[in-house]
Formats: sequence, C-alpha cells, structure tokens
Amino acid sequence: MSDIAAGQPVPGEAHPRQGLRGGPSYLTAEHGLAAWFLTTDHKRIALLYAAALTVFFFIGGAGAVAIRMELFTPAADLLSADGYNRMFTLHGTVMVWFFLVPSIPNTFGNFLLPLMIGAKDLAFPRLNLFSWYLFVGAGALLVGALVAGGVDTGWTFYTPFSTGYSQSYVMAAALAVVLAGFSSIATGVNFIATVHLLRTPGMTWFRLPLLVWALYGTSLVIVLATPVLTLVLLLIVAERAFGLPIFDPALGGDPLLFQHLFWFYSHPAVYIMILPSFGVISELVTCFSRRQVFGYTFMVYAILWIAVVGFLVWGHHMFVSGQSLFASLVFSFLSFVIAVPSAIKVFNWTFTLYRGQITFEAPMLYALGFIGLFTLGGLTGLFLASVPIDVHVTDTYFVVAHFHFIMVGGAVSAFYGGLHFWWPKVTGRLYPEAWARFAAVLMFFGFSFTFFPQFVMGFLGMPRRYQVYPPEFQIWHVLSSSGAVLLAAAYLLPMGYLAWSLIWGERAGEDPWQATGLEWRTSSPPPRDNFRAVPVVDTGPYFYHPDKEGPRHDRREAHQNQGHET
Amino acid sequence: MSGEAEALREPWASLRRQREAASFGMWLFLGSEALLFGGLILAFSVNRLLHPDAFAGAGHETNVVYGTVNTVVLLTSSLAMAVGAEAARAGLRELALLGLSLTLALAVAFLVIKGFEWSADIDEGLFPGQAFKLAPPAAGIFFAFYWFMTGLHGLHVTAGISVIAWITWQAWRGERPLESPAFEAAALYWHLVDIVWVFLYPLLYLGGRS
Repeated sequence: MSDIAAGQPVPGEAHPRQGLRGGPSYLTAEHGLAAWFLTTDHKRIALLYAAALTVFFFIGGAGAVAIRMELFTPAADLLSADGYNRMFTLHGTVMVWFFLVPSIPNTFGNFLLPLMIGAKDLAFPRLNLFSWYLFVGAGALLVGALVAGGVDTGWTFYTPFSTGYSQSYVMAAALAVVLAGFSSIATGVNFIATVHLLRTPGMTWFRLPLLVWALYGTSLVIVLATPVLTLVLLLIVAERAFGLPIFDPALGGDPLLFQHLFWFYSHPAVYIMILPSFGVISELVTCFSRRQVFGYTFMVYAILWIAVVGFLVWGHHMFVSGQSLFASLVFSFLSFVIAVPSAIKVFNWTFTLYRGQITFEAPMLYALGFIGLFTLGGLTGLFLASVPIDVHVTDTYFVVAHFHFIMVGGAVSAFYGGLHFWWPKVTGRLYPEAWARFAAVLMFFGFSFTFFPQFVMGFLGMPRRYQVYPPEFQIWHVLSSSGAVLLAAAYLLPMGYLAWSLIWGERAGEDPWQATGLEWRTSSPPPRDNFRAVPVVDTGPYFYHPDKEGPRHDRREAHQNQGHET
Repeated sequence: MSGEAEALREPWASLRRQREAASFGMWLFLGSEALLFGGLILAFSVNRLLHPDAFAGAGHETNVVYGTVNTVVLLTSSLAMAVGAEAARAGLRELALLGLSLTLALAVAFLVIKGFEWSADIDEGLFPGQAFKLAPPAAGIFFAFYWFMTGLHGLHVTAGISVIAWITWQAWRGERPLESPAFEAAALYWHLVDIVWVFLYPLLYLGGRS
C-alpha cells in the first residue's frame, strides 16, 4: 500500500461521523418474512433483486459450464446437437434478460438512486415491489420452460425457425421474456420519475453523480426499447399459437421484419447492459484516484448521446441478412458515430487517473480491469461495424468474444467492482481486502484467458453455436475452457468471503472510502428513511480537491461530501 | 381535508407533487406504449407498401359497421372518463362515479361489439388458415395484422376496464379518496387506448374503401 492509502487520517479532515443516524438500520427496522416480501423499502427490494439475480446467475452459469465442457474436444462428447442448442439458449436468455439487463439497475440502482439524490425512496415504492414479483414470476416461467425441455432457438428467437420449425418451448420462453420486460419498464419509469421529482434541494441536474445520470439514460432506453421486444415476441407467439402469417416466408411473411424489430430492441439493450456500468466505473475511478471526474459535463452528454444514437444502429446486426448495401453503409457509419461517446468516456476515466493519488483497493482493480477490457471490446466492435470485416467474421467466435468483452469483461466486472465498493454501505461490514484484490486480479486474468482466444479462433473461421468443430481449433477451445475454470473461481470466491464478512467482517463506518456522494453521509447500513435530516446540496459531485487545482502529489486533500444538513 | 391526508403516500411530501408524479409516470408509460403500437403500425405499413392492392382488397372485407359503431362507443367512453377524472379532482362524488361507471359500461359495450364482429369474421372465413376465403399470401398478412392489432388493443381495453373498475369500486365504497391521483392516471391510460383505436380504425377499416 502506498503512503497515501485510504483509511489514514488526513490533516484537516472532519471527525468521522459515527453512530446511528435516524434510527435503526433498514436491515433491523422490521422483522419477519412479510416485512421482507411485502416491503416497499427500495433498499430491501434491492436485496430481494440481488437474491433473485444470484439464482439466475447460477442457472445461466450452468449453461456456460455445459458449453465450455462440451467444447473441450472437437467431437460431441456430452451433449447431442439438440442438447447443445438448448444449453446455449439457456445461457443466453437467462444471462441477458434475467441477469445483465436487471443486474446493476435493480440492485445498485434501487439501493443507491434515492440515496444519491437525497430522497427517502423511489417515486413509486409499490410499483417497485410489483416489478420484483413480475421479475420472479417471469423467471419461474422461464425455468419451467427450461425444465420441461428447454428452448433451442438461441436467445435471438430468429424466425422462421422459432415460429415454424422449433419443437421446443418457445412460447413459454417468449412470454417469460415479455414479463421480464414489463418489470424492466416499471423500473425504468420509476427511476425517471424519481430523478425528475425527488432530487433534494440544491441537487440540480448537473450536480447529479454520474451513476444517477447513467441510470437515467438507461431508464430512457428501457422505456422506449423494451416495448418493441414485447411486440416482436408477441408476434412470434401469435404466429406459433394461431398460425397468423407474419414472419413465415412460406406464408408470404417477411423474416427480415423480425430481425429489424428484434434488433431495434436488442441493440439498445446492449446499452441497457453497459451504461449502468459506465456510471459505476465513474464513481470508482474518481474515488480511488482522489480526483474530480475529468470532463463531468461531457460524461453526461456522452451518456445521453449513447442513449439516443443507440436506437439508430440496429442494422449492423444484419449486414449479411440481405439488407441493401446502402442501408448497411448508413448503419456502419452510425455505428462508428456511437463509438465516439464511449471513447470519450474511456479517455475521461484515463484523464481522471492522470496526476491522481491512485490507490489499488479491490473496487479500483475491478475498475481498471474494466477500462482495459471494455476498450478491447469496444475497438473490436468497430471491426464489426465495418461491413467488409463483418462479412468475414459474422456468426463466428469473433462476435462471441466481442460481446463477452463488453458484457462480461465490462458489465460483470463493473458489477463486482460496485459490489465491493458499496458492500460496506449495504451491509455495514468491510470485506477482507487481500482476498478481494486477489479475486479482482483473478477475474481479469480468468476472463482474458477465456475470451481472448475466441477472437483468434473466430477470425480463423470458427463459427458460433456448433458443438463439433475441426481439430485445428482445439487448442483455442482448450485455452478458453481452461480460462473459464479460473473465471468461475473468480466469480465464486467473492461470494464466499462476502458471506464470511457478514458475520466476521469489520464494522464499516459511515464513509469507509472517504467518498463524496450523499449515500456516504448516512449510517452504514442506512436507516429506513435513508437520512435523519434531508441533506441539502450546494456543490457538484466529486469534491476531492479544490476546484481550480489538481490534488497535491504528496498528501491527500480532505474530501468534502456533496451534501450538508440544514 | 382528511381525504387529502389519506391520498398522500410515501415518499411524497405534498399531494400536489404526488399528483404530478402519477401523471408523469403514466406519461412515461404511455411513451412506452406508443413504441409498442408504433412498431406494430410500422410493420403493418411496410407490408401495406409491399402489397398495396391485396391490402386494399382485404381491407374491403372488414366489417365497417361494427368498426364505426365501436369508434363512436370508444370515443364517447373517453369523454365520460375525462368527466369522471375531472369531477373526482373537483370533489364531485356523484358526477365522478357517474362518469367512471359510464366509462366502464361503454368499454364493456366495445368489447361485446368487438366479440360479435370477431365471431362474424370467423364465420365469413376471415381468419388466416385452412378456411381462409381470400387469396393468400398478402390478404393473409393483412388479416394476421387485423387479428393481432385488434386483439392487442382488446387486451389493453380489458386492462383498462380492470383498473377503472377497481378504482371505481374503491371510490364507491369510500376506500379511495377522490383526491387520489389514480383517477387522473387511469384517465390518461384510457385516452391512450382510445387514441390507438383512432389509428387502427382508418388503417384496418377505411384503407380498402377509399
């Protein structure tokens, strides 16, 4: 640890505020099952979501384990071709809709959004609880479909296979995803209304922490994109159940229409998955480099830019579908356009590090890993946005590697980083730092080991979604499957020591990281109503050093929390 | 004043703000609904551009009498809903209950008429499949959209009926104060159901008759 590590007393720092503020913590305020399952407290609902998401993470992970085990050798060893299809469909549907889309918004977003803007709760607390029940109901329906025999269409439900040929439980899975979409929309509406109407006095739009901005942008995309997914899945159900000819070319329908509508949702959905992690990473990087976020306003504009332009790039999934070359070129251009704000964010994180007083606590290690992996994932996205390269690598492991770099190397790393960062706030306990650093480094290497070989074999021509392959690809698959073992260990390890810390962990103070957000000026864990007195804000976020000068290189400035009490 | 206190819910400090939130939240949801039906109408329009003659011919087969009567019924129900919600806000209990009940009656009438129309359509062989009387494929696509659009709209009508019936029942029993923002939010939703029909009616019933 360097001599400027967090936790050392800093000259001029106010006495740390200890003790209970505003009554017993939200965890102990009420007891009994009903107090959890009928709660309208956003913090308890966040924990309910966390529990459900953990279950789905294991189910989706089981699909990944089956895939990587099968691919260890070129022959079909464990699974039939049909069984393999069902496994990657299970992995994709569960991970996309039941883990990644709700992961950061419904856990950290639910927990932190009201705290960060100084509110008592979300705008519609009962809607929030309702969305959890919808989500769990949808998950139960999906798991039911998977247990009954599974789905073999892939998470993309492409027609006409999904409407006319698949013999699996497509309708149940599609309806489960529709229900999960309703739950997403409810959360999105709730977040937008909360940010508009429940900011504490003085919390102007351009004083909002970047995580709040990221969740706001995400919610906009959720509210406007998800209904199109609902529509397209209902159309599939109508065609399968009632024989209404809409997509089936044998009946005169147009399967490309499905792809257009599907990707009109599913490309913005990528931003639903990654925008919240941008917010998390911004919070982590600024805190552990003791430096104001570089270019705060541009970070905000980048989020909004991504949210808007994300709706205009769906055609880059369809370069080989027969869409006109002109359309492909327009979508290609727009896909390059949307890379700009992502690049702005990466540069701004890097500039935030520049001349910062960086310490390497576990959340920061996850954040730094995120920046590296996201950059690689983003740059390979530009490869795929170029029509000629995309034609070469469409439906190969290159694509698989690209989106796993964004969604797993990016979004899941950010989830774990945020989990460590806010763990003291959520539970009131500190996690064991040495173990956490080990897990963070292990995740970076395990991830790279798993997915970097997939770029290589994809470029060499290994197609996705096959369980048998020519022997020359075996070396890459063995690398990938071996890395997946490390990656699995890196995911399981934190579950162990975080659970350990619940009982034996050191008690956390209000502000263990000396961070500036409003969530750090209440007790850990917070009381039911979040704050004893409503905090008032008169500065922007991230006040780690005086406005006009950078931090001194040799000692830490006293940080100043964004709020104060009246 | 006790009604106001009763209508106020966590986390709001004032009923005025809570009312603003309820309307705002509902508008956001309506934005979502607009994308749902917008996507559907776009898909319909694309197919109509691809098969203009077949769509015109198929559109001629829809039952314009049922469709027009239903348009009148639904527009009137929206008026009744507006009266009900405004009366609730003004604290006029009888007028509010009357407006809400009339809305419900007209909404149910809409579904009943729709049911007669669907049944007549099936008898005439207008459901795509073995008994379909028109020449496939394009006329089949038109009727696929016809059934899907009217069905999805019917689901929205049903959802609206459930919500309005629930808050009307509560208001009638005195369990929901008239100051509750729910009346206005439900009215906004009901107007959307109405507006969607205003788009579906010309697309499905009038397109083949111009």
